[in-house]
Amino acid sequence: MSPGFQGRPRSAEPALPPGQYLTQDFPVLSAGPTPKVPLDTWEFVITTETGAEYRWSWDELMALPQETPTVDIHCVTRWSKRDTTWQGVSLDTLLDGVDTGAHYVQAHSYGGYTTNLPLDDLRGGRAWVAHTFEGAPLPAEHGGPARLLVPHLYFWKSAKWVRGIRLTPTDEPGFWETAGYHDYGDPWREQRYQGD
Amino acid sequence: MTAPLRWRVARLVERRVETPSAHTLVLEVPDWPGHVPGQHVDLRLTAEDGYQAARSYSVAGPVVDGTGGPRIEVTVQRVPDGEVSPYLIDTYAEGDPVEVRGPVGGWFVWRPEETAPVLLVGGGSGVVPLMAMIRARRAAGNRAPFRLLYSVRTPDDVIYADELRRRARDDFGLDVAYVYTRQTPPGWRGEPHRIGLADVNSHGWPPDLEPLCYVCGPTGFVETVADLLVGLGHQSRRVKTERFGPTG
Repeated sequence: MSPGFQGRPRSAEPALPPGQYLTQDFPVLSAGPTPKVPLDTWEFVITTETGAEYRWSWDELMALPQETPTVDIHCVTRWSKRDTTWQGVSLDTLLDGVDTGAHYVQAHSYGGYTTNLPLDDLRGGRAWVAHTFEGAPLPAEHGGPARLLVPHLYFWKSAKWVRGIRLTPTDEPGFWETAGYHDYGDPWREQRYQGD
Repeated sequence: MTAPLRWRVARLVERRVETPSAHTLVLEVPDWPGHVPGQHVDLRLTAEDGYQAARSYSVAGPVVDGTGGPRIEVTVQRVPDGEVSPYLIDTYAEGDPVEVRGPVGGWFVWRPEETAPVLLVGGGSGVVPLMAMIRARRAAGNRAPFRLLYSVRTPDDVIYADELRRRARDDFGLDVAYVYTRQTPPGWRGEPHRIGLADVNSHGWPPDLEPLCYVCGPTGFVETVADLLVGLGHQSRRVKTERFGPTG
């Protein structure tokens, strides 16, 4: 008990994941300088466990069917933001026709960032390569030109400046996961740190 | 599987008023496992009805005074309309409990084994984890040359003002420079301004020395400084950043 602590008024809104609070802003969390990625050399690559590669240029990505998910996002630093609207290409579309027996992926980014996820979490209409935020091109500090969007996991899994995913037979910890954060990162189970 | 980080019940043993809006809390934490400068902790409050709120704070330093249990220091900046920081600054009293979990974070850290020159660039309360590094450097007898470039609104907003003045004099190899964004001290040469290329260039290290650069502060500040450092030729992987969003 914290003597004299009342906290914010309890809300009748739909619950947030445990330990989260709502913000109207869009805070930035990155480990280093923001990479500037020109669109004419941008590409997204899926690499399978056998080394096969599937590549899309910016124009090829834009030519794929586009979706406009509206989702809540949850950052491990405890802010959540409701009803954010994005545009991008579903990972279902990108993974369609990719021949793999792998169960995990490591997403990698321009600038060197990595993060690991189970492949299943990128399927089923739950993950996108997103390039537009609230109707405008995604700003670089928020991961533009394109970032992964996997809103059912803590937002560090939604790799900014995404360049590709590597399909891996085993779960290989990425950047924050190696630094002590959880390998899966389910906000509803409050999986913030390794061991949670 | 790693063992979960557990919540420990800490107590406030001392409060230092750093500025009108920033207080340092000295907490006694039973069985504290130790930390590396730059790491943070989660502090959690519990209301009478069981409602809980937690926020992350950078650890400002260890206190080695030989008395009591292990202690850590956090410096809390008041966030207007915040939920946790106003309580910690206005209400939280000596002897009161607070739950602590950590330490957390293995990237924005400086280890006393490092020998490379270090540039620390802090905006506002972004100086807190940088101060932990400055303190640890001296405590470890590390001789790596350190430069701190500290951007604040006014002279009254300088956190750790006396200690920084003393360390700039006594900690061999530590230089401290200031940028004032709203109001300068009397007799200061130059106008208030936001940090820019000239500041980073004059008070930083040349890129060919391959310094480790740590930049901490509000998002816009960190974006500006990190871009300037990369533009000056520093390698991205040598520039570590920590950005503050609105946390409360």
